[in-house]
Amino acid sequence: MSDPAEKRTPLYDEHVRLKAKIIPFGGWLMPVQYSSIMEEHQAVRKSVGVFDISHMGELVASGPRAGEWLNTMLTNNTGKLAVGAGQYTFLLNDEAGIIDDLIVYRVEEEKFLLVVNASRIEDDFAWLRAHLAMDVQLEDQSEQYAGLAIQGPKVEELFQALFGKATELPARNQIARFELDEMALQVARTGYTGEDGIEVFFAAGDAPRVWREVLAKGESLGIRPCGLGARDTLRLEMCYPLNGSDLSPEHNPLEAGLGFFVDLTKPEFSGRAKLQREKEEGLSRRLVPFRMKGKSPPPRPHYRVIRDGVDVGELTSGTLSPSLNYGIGMAYLSTPVPKPGEEIEIEIRGQRFPAVIEKKPLYKKP
Amino acid sequence: MNVPEDLLYTESHEWVRRDGDTIRVGITDHAQAELTDVVYVELPKVGAAHEARGPIAVVESVKAASDIYAPAKGTVTEVNQALESNPALINTDPYGEGWIFVLKVEDPAALDTLQDAAAYRTVTG
Repeated sequence: MSDPAEKRTPLYDEHVRLKAKIIPFGGWLMPVQYSSIMEEHQAVRKSVGVFDISHMGELVASGPRAGEWLNTMLTNNTGKLAVGAGQYTFLLNDEAGIIDDLIVYRVEEEKFLLVVNASRIEDDFAWLRAHLAMDVQLEDQSEQYAGLAIQGPKVEELFQALFGKATELPARNQIARFELDEMALQVARTGYTGEDGIEVFFAAGDAPRVWREVLAKGESLGIRPCGLGARDTLRLEMCYPLNGSDLSPEHNPLEAGLGFFVDLTKPEFSGRAKLQREKEEGLSRRLVPFRMKGKSPPPRPHYRVIRDGVDVGELTSGTLSPSLNYGIGMAYLSTPVPKPGEEIEIEIRGQRFPAVIEKKPLYKKP
Repeated sequence: MNVPEDLLYTESHEWVRRDGDTIRVGITDHAQAELTDVVYVELPKVGAAHEARGPIAVVESVKAASDIYAPAKGTVTEVNQALESNPALINTDPYGEGWIFVLKVEDPAALDTLQDAAAYRTVTG
């Protein structure tokens, strides 16, 4: 089952010890679940969960002109980033197709950390290097870093158990340095679950120690190690897109409904001209969230969407929502897309099941 | 893993309880553990004829939909409607309340090719 080409994170042995079910994902062998997706999902919604995100990539751009250069590479405005701040953004090709979605942090005045998707590291690096400006250094430090996402309403309690009672969490989207038993950690107040949470980056060699420390300090809070399964259901309830499913070089950020992270007032970035044209001429399809209306099999990627008897598109994400206990998903539908509240049908194994268009997010905290 | 002695097993991880020329079928403890939280079961239709090793039902977890195969050629005589409201019975009681369907087998001799508990145990390790 395990292909030698598939990489292992520095926490692989920890996952095996915890009897995780391991699957290949984006070239990596990752835990999909430890006990149950449902239970791990609920742990994050109700207390706190920890995910191994060491497979994600870390690219570092530095130099006096690094910020200026990144602003011509990424869709969001990096000029707005103060030192210690991060923002969600896209790297596009010339046709405005999404090479990757990522978070860029200004970690120092002239140094930027790009946290990118595991399966996109090589493509991102190749694209950025091919477009590199003079006096900018670009390094792929993915191998040196390990990372954890710690997510859930009890994250602050856990953070203070780890770093000291008086220690304050970084503000939303901010990143800061902390020390744990003489290990250096960068902690960002970010996440992919819709809960309060942090993403922590540190030296790969420290990974088992940090992981065990987090689980030990979180034990009294009910912490659970969580796999990719729960990561997917949590993010889909929030309508956060998954690269490789909802986002790809075949899609652009406007049709994905993520224009908020694209600054078209900037004079230049790759894909800008195409996006400007799309915006003026109108989009041909849009990513919309929906939920199943009655009892149905869980919706899944690639199922077809029918509206008034006509095939109007395809699901890129779908699952049974553990929080809501009905099927939810996102689909690219041809424009004009139906409005929230309007009905569509999802074709599942030759049978059509009623669904209704929803607003983002699909799940709202009670 | 629980592998009861009195059942027969397929290579695709269904269990078979034989009673004359009818068989009651479900998925094994090993299969339910691999699939994890079952959230939906698509049952076959009573009266439908099925070929041996053809897809006959679908068991879905949060993560994936898995086909269940007919252990032999035959006609469906009964389905477990309790799974429609409580699909998790497959996880909690795979060999009992979690049964999926009953099949009237066309040629009971075909069942002789199924594995016994000892042989199935060697497959699941």
